[in-house]
Amino acid sequence: MNWTLALPEIVLAILGMAILVFGVLRKQDSFHLCSMLSIGALIATAAFLIGGGSGVGFHGQFSADPFALFVKLLVLAASVLGIIVSLDYNEHENLRRFEFPVLILYATVGMMVMVSATNLMTLYLGVELNSLAIYVLAAFARDNLRSSEAGLKYFVLGALASGILLYGISLVYGFSGTMDFADIAKVLANPANVSAGVVVGVVFIASALAFKVSAVPFHMWTPDVYEGAPSPVTAFMASAPKVAAMALFARVMYAPFGHLLGQWQNVLILISIGSMVLGAFAAMGQGNIKRLMAYSSIGHMGYLLVGLAAGSQIGLRGILIYLVSYVFTNAGMFACIVGMRRNGQSVERIADLGGLGKTSPGMAAALTIFLFSMAGIPPFAGFIGKYFVFIAAVNSGLWTLALIGMAASAVSAFYYIRIIKVMYFDAPAPSLDARPGSLAVVAGFGAIFTTVFFIFPAPVVAAADAAAKAIFG
Amino acid sequence: MGMTTATMTTRMEAIDMLAVGLGQYLAVSAILLVLGIFGIFMNRKNVIVILMSVELILLSVNLNLVAFSSALGDLAGQVLAMFVLTVAAAEAAIGLAIVVIYFRNRGSIEVEDVNLMKG
Repeated sequence: MNWTLALPEIVLAILGMAILVFGVLRKQDSFHLCSMLSIGALIATAAFLIGGGSGVGFHGQFSADPFALFVKLLVLAASVLGIIVSLDYNEHENLRRFEFPVLILYATVGMMVMVSATNLMTLYLGVELNSLAIYVLAAFARDNLRSSEAGLKYFVLGALASGILLYGISLVYGFSGTMDFADIAKVLANPANVSAGVVVGVVFIASALAFKVSAVPFHMWTPDVYEGAPSPVTAFMASAPKVAAMALFARVMYAPFGHLLGQWQNVLILISIGSMVLGAFAAMGQGNIKRLMAYSSIGHMGYLLVGLAAGSQIGLRGILIYLVSYVFTNAGMFACIVGMRRNGQSVERIADLGGLGKTSPGMAAALTIFLFSMAGIPPFAGFIGKYFVFIAAVNSGLWTLALIGMAASAVSAFYYIRIIKVMYFDAPAPSLDARPGSLAVVAGFGAIFTTVFFIFPAPVVAAADAAAKAIFG
Repeated sequence: MGMTTATMTTRMEAIDMLAVGLGQYLAVSAILLVLGIFGIFMNRKNVIVILMSVELILLSVNLNLVAFSSALGDLAGQVLAMFVLTVAAAEAAIGLAIVVIYFRNRGSIEVEDVNLMKG
């Protein structure tokens, strides 16, 4: 039993509690200070993570491997960006409460546990720790009806998904006799042990995880929750939890249930096609940019599931590369959306961006980069992600899936480019307020990363390669 | 009590025949799960009923876990059942808190009123 492997999680949890107590005891308003402390805590955790060893601890329940390291660093980066994006918005919208960054810290602990889980019990606890914090965040604007409605919807459907996940866990446990991923894989290696109970359990677990990543038959909550939740919460929900849930999805499908590839591959192909097609078509008629981003993220999850359905090491590498490009493009995009404000009022209609190319060329240029990247048009990061994912599908012989993905990608380019058209060619709307420095930094960082990643993808590709090898051994 | 070994064995056999096996537990648990899911989707009245349905689902899972744990002679299932109980308590606390702030803003917790944003 090597508990030091979980040191980063332990440090982050303790720092989170310390910041919470500090915020409660300090009488004045401490939102800004606690946010800065939380960013410090996340960076300290990243340092522990990089300096920490690798191996399996807690009697096989927790694994610190290159895969977990890669995803955890990405999750920490996404959480830091999430806190920075919230700074100015929360000041303006009267949400300056120190619990906000602390809840993000707890959600991050949950995500790190999810990513390292090598046991169904650890998996469940990680998922719940993450979800419970995010239910509260979605309803964080407690005097706002839309935010509380978003929180209520997310809570009800999220609790249902947790129940389904648990039921699947209980069936897999009962019919395979163990909760440990490695032991389950050993049991299922013998086809005689693959009973109907195990297969039903796997389907339940896969459905619940599809809910967490908002893939198609389980996506209904996404547009409503994204639209209703406060913008920085939407920005956070669209990045870090999606990364952790997708990494968990990949580990669960490949490590314990890898021998059942024939059983789950077709299900994932269907989910993937559904998500890509819905993401491409449903976003077209949207006038609200947060709702559009919800459909866009459903589409991105579809492309990621292409890599998962490939069922190979190349597929997993594709997922990891795609996630890197997705997180930073998304952070930059949301930094622009959170900063959309006119005369002190937040606005979120696409029409509000009219003539942005003339009124604030810097923001328009950044948005153009992010939109091109999301559409998968070179020379930006999104293209690299889609390329590696589709290559994996072709390598596994899933030609049709790759072709449908490319078609969906071309269709979705329509609504991304429509926004660019609104910004540069439509009649100018009254100009937006000046963006605060914190958002400009995130947007600028996102834009630079999105461009540089296309030119030098090699370091990330090499790291993703090593991470994928850790799962496939 | 002067009971011979032979009568004791027959007694035990009789109890064994009446004893509830794994199958029965799984059946009850499956029924509870279906009731819970129907409670969430068929319910048109009150959000509190949805919270109760969620609890029902978690309890059905607990029944499953404990039954499997006993049948397999493995403690992991019971450990997870304890975790599920704690998480269910936390979940209920958060759920009720969200229902309270929703009621404060909307003045109602009818399920049909939760429709400000349409998907």
